[in-house]
Amino acid sequence: MWQALALQAGYNAALVSIGAALLGAAAGGAGAFLTLRRRALMSDAMAHATLPGIGLGFLVMVAFGGDGRFLPGLMLGAALTAALGLWAVQRLTRRLPEDAATGAVLASFYGFGIVILTVIQGLGQGRPAGLETVLLGSTAGMLRQDAILIGFGGALVLAALWALRRPLSLVAFDPVQARLMGLSPRSMDAALMALVLAVVLVGLNVTGLILIVALLVTPAVTARLWVRTVSGTATLSAAIGAACGYIGAAISAAVPDLPTGPVIVLLAFLGFATSLLLRTGGRANA
Amino acid sequence: MVPATPLPTDALSISGLSLRYDGPSVLEGVDTRIVKGAMTAIIGPNGAGKSSLLKAILGLEPATGTVRAFGQPVARAMDRIAYVPQRAAVDWDFPVRVIDVVLMGGYRQTGLLGRITPALKARAADCLSRVGMQDFASRQIGALSGGQQQRVFLARALMQGAELYLLDEPFAGVDAATETAIIQVLKSLRAEGATIVAVHHDLSTVAAYFDRVLLLNRRVIAEGPVANTFTRERLAQTYGAGLVMAMPA
Repeated sequence: MWQALALQAGYNAALVSIGAALLGAAAGGAGAFLTLRRRALMSDAMAHATLPGIGLGFLVMVAFGGDGRFLPGLMLGAALTAALGLWAVQRLTRRLPEDAATGAVLASFYGFGIVILTVIQGLGQGRPAGLETVLLGSTAGMLRQDAILIGFGGALVLAALWALRRPLSLVAFDPVQARLMGLSPRSMDAALMALVLAVVLVGLNVTGLILIVALLVTPAVTARLWVRTVSGTATLSAAIGAACGYIGAAISAAVPDLPTGPVIVLLAFLGFATSLLLRTGGRANA
Repeated sequence: MVPATPLPTDALSISGLSLRYDGPSVLEGVDTRIVKGAMTAIIGPNGAGKSSLLKAILGLEPATGTVRAFGQPVARAMDRIAYVPQRAAVDWDFPVRVIDVVLMGGYRQTGLLGRITPALKARAADCLSRVGMQDFASRQIGALSGGQQQRVFLARALMQGAELYLLDEPFAGVDAATETAIIQVLKSLRAEGATIVAVHHDLSTVAAYFDRVLLLNRRVIAEGPVANTFTRERLAQTYGAGLVMAMPA
């Protein structure tokens, strides 16, 4: 395990760790703006809504004689149903409170995805074994090009967040003033959701879709305990996310049957619990 | 009373401005003008549509009718208008310092990718001094009192470098020091040629603070100089005869 942490466990493992670190940084950064905008639960619905798309993507690729586990194909399917889920939440919010709409979409899309996954496993075609790693993540045996894709995607999200940091903070702090200054809160929200979706897709193989919300939220709330500015929160949150991603991926690569997602999430929670104790001395309302 | 063509002395010319949701009308065919370079108070009873009028002018409410600012459609003059809401509807736990809030007022100057230059920071610090809040620059916004927060949002409006300031109840629930600080800033803005419009509820200070008054009760009752418009008779028309007796006029 120490070899993996020191990037000495081989070229592939090193790539995976670096990719996971970039994903963690992207998740931490996007999560900072997401929690400031109070949309954390929305990202959970979005993540769960990727599952039917993954199943359908697998089936389509197998039907055309391809490898059902080709990651870009799975990501495309995931993106389509996640966008559909997001659209559904927005439509339902006209009639329902946002938390109810989010819960309804999360459960029904995830249920549909599990049904498709069960059907796929019954078919026994196109290497379905291991497809369930998208649920909890696994960096063990990850392909080199997948690791590169993850790192590249994470870096791209970070760059976009840096470019949009000012309008994103303005909209999160005071949407009315943002409108008067010629910004559209709706388009900034759409941009933020697109970046969160990118994090979710890139994170499918690392944390898995069930736990990505923890990597979006936990580093952000931890950072809030330490700093008082938006840029400080986003930077520290990204750093915490990167550390969790890096260490988590290394541990998971060294222990073959250990899924990566839970390890990363536990590391993030450890950071949060420690910060809470240090900053508040355990007082709940400090 | 209907300003068919905007006069060059108008900061705002408003015609046929109406607003209603599901219930009764909030604004009914408001026709009026706001004179450039003057301080105008909007007064009227609760539910008269005073705040809604400001929001409708700014395009924040789905109103019908036309509003022109400085002779242009208001949407094209937004960079010349600043708005200070009544107790801004912001997240008070937001990790933002007082100076950062003021800097947000410079967003139009910096743009999407622009750098926050030392010159911009110096200007933000100057805006804070004008409202007497220079010692609070690195406080978290939620840690301030209501009056101090109100002054910070006025500083953010100053940062915009606007020519027309719309303020919603700037003196509501603030301490005496804040009220004095705000009125001094507004008067110095007027001296620099800016136009001030404020929703105001304290009838006893109208004459001391303002040049003109707009009496509103869903429609315009009267608009004009305080001396001949802010009369007991007009107030009775605005508030209803019974109520006005209880108010200092």
